[in-house]
Amino acid sequence: MLKLTSTSEDRTREIGRCIGALAREGTVIALNGELGAGKTVLAKGIAQGLGVQDDVISPSYVLMNIYPGRLNLYHFDFYRLENEEELLELGLEEYFYGDGVVVVEWADKFPGILPAKRLEIEMKKSPEDPDSSRDLYVQLQGSLRLFSLKELEKRCCL
Amino acid sequence: MFDEKGEKMGHKTLILGIETSCDDTAASVVGNGRDVLSNVVSSQESFHQRFGGIVPEIASRRHLEVINPVIDEALAKAGFTFAHLDGIAVTHGPGLVGSLLVGVSAAKALSFSLDLPLVAVNHLEGHIYANFLTGATIAFPLICLIASGGHTSLLHVKGHGQLEVLGRTRDDAAGEVFDKIARALGLGFPGGPVIDQLAQQGEGEKFLFPRALMGAEGKLDFSFSGVKTAVLNRIRREKEQGKPLPLNDLCAAFQDAVVDALVEKSARAVEYLQPRQFLLAGGVAANGELRRRLRLRLAPLEVEVIYPPLEYCTDNAAMIAAAGYYYLRQGRLAPYDLNAEPGLDLENP
Repeated sequence: MLKLTSTSEDRTREIGRCIGALAREGTVIALNGELGAGKTVLAKGIAQGLGVQDDVISPSYVLMNIYPGRLNLYHFDFYRLENEEELLELGLEEYFYGDGVVVVEWADKFPGILPAKRLEIEMKKSPEDPDSSRDLYVQLQGSLRLFSLKELEKRCCL
Repeated sequence: MFDEKGEKMGHKTLILGIETSCDDTAASVVGNGRDVLSNVVSSQESFHQRFGGIVPEIASRRHLEVINPVIDEALAKAGFTFAHLDGIAVTHGPGLVGSLLVGVSAAKALSFSLDLPLVAVNHLEGHIYANFLTGATIAFPLICLIASGGHTSLLHVKGHGQLEVLGRTRDDAAGEVFDKIARALGLGFPGGPVIDQLAQQGEGEKFLFPRALMGAEGKLDFSFSGVKTAVLNRIRREKEQGKPLPLNDLCAAFQDAVVDALVEKSARAVEYLQPRQFLLAGGVAANGELRRRLRLRLAPLEVEVIYPPLEYCTDNAAMIAAAGYYYLRQGRLAPYDLNAEPGLDLENP
């Protein structure tokens, strides 16, 4: 597990850019954290790292957005979903094992549906400064070859 | 088919509108693009009573189950049958692909089997046409603010199908932050009406929440995630002090921040382009404070402010039928290989 601390939105976005730059085809990123933790800000950075030109906006209401980039970004949000059945109806799995990078906000609402191999990111308001500082806990599930946490640490801690 | 001569002689051009872009399945019959003869939405109480209970609406299978009954009901309520129709209008995007496909497939099947023209309507453009259902005379060019749960956009509408996006949200939609703050305050869903109500008894000056992108660099774009986080931080701090939440004041201050941004950017667009009319659309158009403040702010700018009736603010098919009527008049027909376009853009319809 890698712990990164961000003291600003800009820094969160920069961490996202590093994650996006390192992401490979088929990477699924489960993004968790309470309302206002900065999940969409991190997703904006990830999109930039993937070479996405469009503005990434919150998918809470529309449930999913697709952005073309170096790799396509499939941006999901489980916030508004109430049960797993609704989710299956959306045909999500097609994207999990597809050609792009998947970012799922509020992924921990339905952990059972996520692929076993994934990058998990938990965003928490830092206890010392809950207004503007965030702790990011990044870890790999299922496979250590999926993504290089070492490389992420190197890039983010320069 | 559109029949100008017939219309002059009193025949009403009847369009069946179908809308399934998000949660609701909706159908409506509209005459001459402005007379709503029926407006059926699957989340309506009356519909649920007949079809048994509220079920999750997100699933496309749900759309599939109710699409035919919703269309039948729209025709029955209007007092017409398929044989009376002059055209079929359907939302083909943006939205969820599975949900859109149900409406698009139904519309194509009806169009083909009844030999009726098919028109494809952009969901967001449809919201603008909710204002054609007010009885007011709409004159281009105009400016329209669409604010809903999924979208917040400021548009320059130069004519039917001629749109320019002046600004849009860079993160959360206005309706979305209302819903999220309402949930954080334990006020239930949807958040807009209850916050609007509580805010009336509160004092917005008690808290100051940020208005984002108000400088020149923000252009006419919006950003609401900052105010969302600031309100959440305030709620946390109030809770830490162990006192009861000052609900009314929080709602008032939060609503002030969101409404301020919407009103200010709208006013700038009006000052810049000097249209004769300004239209409000989308679910947030139901917000009383937004309506009041817009009217106040825009009054000196000599622009007529028009709002849709409340039932046409949220997603409905009447607005799609109204837009479809004008598309049909322009001969903008959709081919039978029409597909659902989840990422449909406003400027390239």
